[in-house]
Amino acid sequence: MNASTSAPKRKLKVATTSLAGCFGCHMSFLDIDERILDLIELIEFDRSPLTDIKHCSTDCDIGIIEGGVCNAENVHVLHEFRKNCKILIAIGACSINGGLPAQRNSLDIRDILAAVYAQPGRGVHIPNDPEIPLLLNEVHPLHEVVKIDYFLPGCPPSGDAIWKFLTDLLAGRTPSLGHGLIHFD
Amino acid sequence: MSNGQDTKSFFLDDEEIPFEEGQTIIQAALTAGKYIPHLCYHPEFKPHGSCKLCTVRIDSRTITTEDGQTVKIPGRAAASCTTPAQAEQHVESNTPELLDLRRTLVQMLLVEGNHFCPSCEKSGKCMLQGLAYDLGVMSPHFPQYFSKREVDATHPDVLLDFNRCILCELCVRASAEVDKKNVFSLSGRGNTKHLICNSESGKLGDTNLAATDKAANVCPVGVILHKRHGFEVPYGQRRFDTAPISDNPVQYAPVKEQV
Repeated sequence: MNASTSAPKRKLKVATTSLAGCFGCHMSFLDIDERILDLIELIEFDRSPLTDIKHCSTDCDIGIIEGGVCNAENVHVLHEFRKNCKILIAIGACSINGGLPAQRNSLDIRDILAAVYAQPGRGVHIPNDPEIPLLLNEVHPLHEVVKIDYFLPGCPPSGDAIWKFLTDLLAGRTPSLGHGLIHFD
Repeated sequence: MSNGQDTKSFFLDDEEIPFEEGQTIIQAALTAGKYIPHLCYHPEFKPHGSCKLCTVRIDSRTITTEDGQTVKIPGRAAASCTTPAQAEQHVESNTPELLDLRRTLVQMLLVEGNHFCPSCEKSGKCMLQGLAYDLGVMSPHFPQYFSKREVDATHPDVLLDFNRCILCELCVRASAEVDKKNVFSLSGRGNTKHLICNSESGKLGDTNLAATDKAANVCPVGVILHKRHGFEVPYGQRRFDTAPISDNPVQYAPVKEQV
């Protein structure tokens, strides 16, 4: 990466979040290892589990979102990202086709909640505290809710794939992974 | 390839490909080591022509208009698995237009079924996945169907997960043509078309399918799976971890005795 050729450039603001995901994609992001030092020359993190900033700045350049949309809060967060980020990247299988959480889509949500919370020995109340985000009937991929600009598949995508993808994007190229880096699992 | 004077040839992406009388375009191409993407084609069975992944353009022309502009008139599109090769034909396969169309076909298959690769034991050796990798499918593009489909675990050795069926009919053809058992069929039309087992109960366990049957070993995706053999090959060593699907075309070439 040509990290230092155009030094005075403004650092790009990058926000990240995990919706109905497992944080595996964030863990994989950290698998870029010491290359994060090169990356941080080019970007600064805005809202992200890495910074613990709770809301996006209004001028984020890139939003990286892992996980699909499974509850009402996910929808709000996703809209916040779309509103504040110029480019949205769906990262990982769940954000792209719902992934493993979406395997509940063939089941009735009432049956699922009853099976988990209203079985003998597990209590009889399905949690309904207003602070708990309401589950959606189905888990949705991100692109069914907002416009997504780029997709990075994998469960999770490898650190190398994330690195190649981001460096392509930061260099102004259309990200291209090629054999070995493109993976659906 | 015969070495007599009667060897004929056509052109695939401007490369000369020899063929024998009666060979289809895809048979000749694969024999010559040229990969044409395909899903429902299998060298041992009658061509089916349904997946359309192997679509090529034949005999495109370039004309010069009166004002001197060069215009390309696209040739006819045809499934290369059902179209006989003809001498001097000009066939295009590896063009941006056809790759785009193939990518769209793969995306439509991916949203139609429930293809959750991380939990599928066929992952890494699945033809649909391998094709998607090769074509650079980064997103499903279309809304997911999330179709509701069953699994059938009634057979002692073989499991059916209909969530991943792409209706290629390879198992149907294998069972009818090779095993002579007619275990599988397609039923319904259009959106409701689906794979069924030909037993009174409709269950695989009540058919005479054996795990060694061709039909039990031909599924390109993760529908027909052998019990107790899941995830045997570790991540990183599976077929499409090591080489892209397009790397080994001869594997799909016609078997000798059937040419």
